[in-house]
Amino acid sequence: MSSQVLTPDGPSKGTLTLVHLYPREMSIYGDRGNTHALASRIRRHGYSVEVVLHDPGDPFRADAHLVLGGGGQDSGQARVEADLEAIGPSLKAMARDGVPMLVICGMYQLFGDSFHTVTGQVLPGLSILEVTTRGNDKRMIGPVCLETDLGRVVGYENHSGSTVLGPGQQPFGRVLAGHGNNGEDGTEGARTANVIGSYLHGPLLPANPMVSDALIAVAAEQATGRPFEPAQLADPLATQARERQVRRLLRAR
Amino acid sequence: MLRTAAAVVAGKTARALARRRGGGSAFPGLVAERLDPRILGRALAEVRGGIVVVSGTNGKTTTTKMLVALLRAHGRSVVTNPTGSNFTRGVLSEMLPQLPLSGRLRSDMVVVELDEAHAMRFIEQVAPTHALLLNVARDQLDRFAEIDHTADLLARLGAASTQGVVANADDPFIARAADALSVPVRWFGLDASIADRLPELTEHDARFEDDLAAREAGPGDARLRPRDERAFDVVFDDVTVGPVTLQQRGLAAMINATAATTTARLLLGDAFDADRCARALAAVRPPFGRGEVVVVDGQPLELVLVKNPAGFGVALSTYGASPVATMVAINDNDADGRDVSWLYDVSFASLRERGVALTSGVRAYDMALRLHYDDVATERVVPDLEEALDAFVAAHPEEPKRVFCTYTAMMALRRTLAARYGLAHFGEEAPA
Ligand SMILES: [Zn+2]
Repeated sequence: MSSQVLTPDGPSKGTLTLVHLYPREMSIYGDRGNTHALASRIRRHGYSVEVVLHDPGDPFRADAHLVLGGGGQDSGQARVEADLEAIGPSLKAMARDGVPMLVICGMYQLFGDSFHTVTGQVLPGLSILEVTTRGNDKRMIGPVCLETDLGRVVGYENHSGSTVLGPGQQPFGRVLAGHGNNGEDGTEGARTANVIGSYLHGPLLPANPMVSDALIAVAAEQATGRPFEPAQLADPLATQARERQVRRLLRAR
Repeated sequence: MLRTAAAVVAGKTARALARRRGGGSAFPGLVAERLDPRILGRALAEVRGGIVVVSGTNGKTTTTKMLVALLRAHGRSVVTNPTGSNFTRGVLSEMLPQLPLSGRLRSDMVVVELDEAHAMRFIEQVAPTHALLLNVARDQLDRFAEIDHTADLLARLGAASTQGVVANADDPFIARAADALSVPVRWFGLDASIADRLPELTEHDARFEDDLAAREAGPGDARLRPRDERAFDVVFDDVTVGPVTLQQRGLAAMINATAATTTARLLLGDAFDADRCARALAAVRPPFGRGEVVVVDGQPLELVLVKNPAGFGVALSTYGASPVATMVAINDNDADGRDVSWLYDVSFASLRERGVALTSGVRAYDMALRLHYDDVATERVVPDLEEALDAFVAAHPEEPKRVFCTYTAMMALRRTLAARYGLAHFGEEAPA
C-alpha cells in the first residue's frame, strides 16, 4: 500500500480519502487517469485528498470516502481474486452506506452478481451491482457517447464480456453511439445509489468532469459532515474535448 | 512452375501501376499471393544466408535498417521491407522487382520487420532462420487486446526460428520467452554501468515483480556501454564495436544498434568486422519520422513519432534534456490507435517547465486536457494540422522546434512540410 496526501493551493475545506483498488493488476487503458483526474479535481475544489493505492494483501481502508477500480487482463484478475474476496464485505457495507465508487470494465464485472466464462464456469461476484456478465469471443471496441443523468458522457470501450442488467438495476446511461453493456439493449454500465459501474475506460473522468463532481460532492459531504462547497471551476478544455467528440460520434451514426 | 511465373508477372504489373500512381503498397503482393498462395515460401526457398524476422513493439524500423546496413557493409545482398510496411504482403511487394520468373529470390539474406500478428502469418508460410525479439509494450491495444497475448506471439516467433534467436536481456517478457527456447539464443542489453537507465527503455510490468536477475553475458552476447549522450560502444566478450556516433539521438537508438550488431554477428560469424560495423552504423540515416530533422527557415524542426506509452515515455526522456518549442499532434484514426486513453499512462512532467506551444490533430483538446492534468500549460489548441504547423512556425521563428505526433498526423504534417520546405518525397527514403 502507498498513500500520499495532496493539498489545495489555499486553505483546505477538509480531507477526502480516495482508494484506488489494485492499481498494478487492474489498470489498463489509462485507468490511472481516473484517479489522477479525481484527485486533481478534489484539490481544485479546495479539499485535501489522501490517495491510497490498495495492493492485494494490504489492510483495507474501510474509512475511505471514494473508491476507484479499473480493468485488467485475465492474469491481473487472477491476482486480485483472493484479496477481493477478503475485502468484499467491507466494500459491500460501504456501498450500502452510500460511499461513492467508480468501477470500470473488469472491476465493474467483479462488482456484479456473477461472471460466466466461455467454458461454462460461473464465477461469483460481489453483488454490489445487479448485473451478470458472459464472456464471449466478440470484442466490443470503440468510442462511446452516452446520455446519463449527469449529462452526455464520452469515452472508449474495450471489452469482450457481455453484461445484462437485473430487473431492478438502473444503467449508468443510454447508448447514443457505441456498444454499451451488450451491444443489444442500448444500456451502458450500471448505477446503484452512488456506485457507478461502466465499460468506459476513456479514461472516463478527465473529459467528463461532471461525473467527477457528482462523486466528489457526496464524498465531501460524508467526509466533512457539511454540504459540499464547490469552487467555481471552468473546464474549457474538457468541454471542448467532450463536445467535439459528441458531435463527431452523433454525426457519424 | 507456370502459376508462380504468372503470379510474379501479375505482381510486378500491379507494382508498376501502383508506383505510377505514386504509392507503394501491399497491393502488388496481394495480387501475386492470390495467384499463387505459396509464392512467399517459394520465393525464399533458395535464400541461403539467413531469413531474419525483426519483431517487438518499439524500434523495429530503426533496428531493421541498421541490421541491413551492417550486413550490406559486409558485402551481403539483402532484401528487406524498408518502408516500414509491416505485413507479409508488403514484404512480397518489396521483393517483386528482384524476383525472376522462377519465383526464387537470388539474394544472400532476407531481413524483414513484422509486427507480432503479421509475424504469425509469415511463419505459417516460411520458417525464419533467425528472429530478433526487441521488446513488448502496450501498443494499439484495441488491435492486440492484451500484452500477455503479444508476448505469447513473440514466443511463438522465437520457437519457429530454425537456427537462432537474438533477445533483449532487459525485457522481462522477452527474457521469459527466450529462456524457454531450444535454439541458441544471443542476448543484448545494457551494460551494468547504466542499468539504472533501464526505466527509460522499458515499460515495467508491475504484475511481475520478480526483478530480472542480472544475466551473465556469454560468447556472442553484447552489452551497450554509452560514452556520452551520443557516442557508445557495443561490447562483446572478445571484441568491441565503437566508438559509434549515430545520426539519431538517444538511448533507444543505441540499444537498437546493439540489437542489430548482436544479430549481425550471429549471422556473419567469422566474417564479422568491428570497424566495418562502426562505420556502417554511423552512416545509417534515421528512418522516416524517427527523429527526422527538417530545416524550416534556418531552424531545425524535429518530427517524433509516438504510438504507445512506452514509446512516448522514451521520446520524452530522450528529448527532455534539451527543451525546445514543442507541439503535440494527436489523431485517432486506425493507424494511430483509435483509443487515446494511453496518453494517461505517459507522464508529461518533463514538459512542465517550458510548456507546450500548441496541440493539434483530431484529439487536440484531449491532448491539451491531458497536459493540463500534469500541470503543463498549452499556449494554443489548433485542431487543423496545417494551420497549427503554420502557427507554430510563426510563433517560434528563431529557435529549434519539435513535434511529437501520431502516425497519420505525422503523414499529414510531413506532406505540408514537403510542399513548403522541399522534404524527401512522401513515403520514400532520402538518398543516403
Ligand atoms: Zn475494458
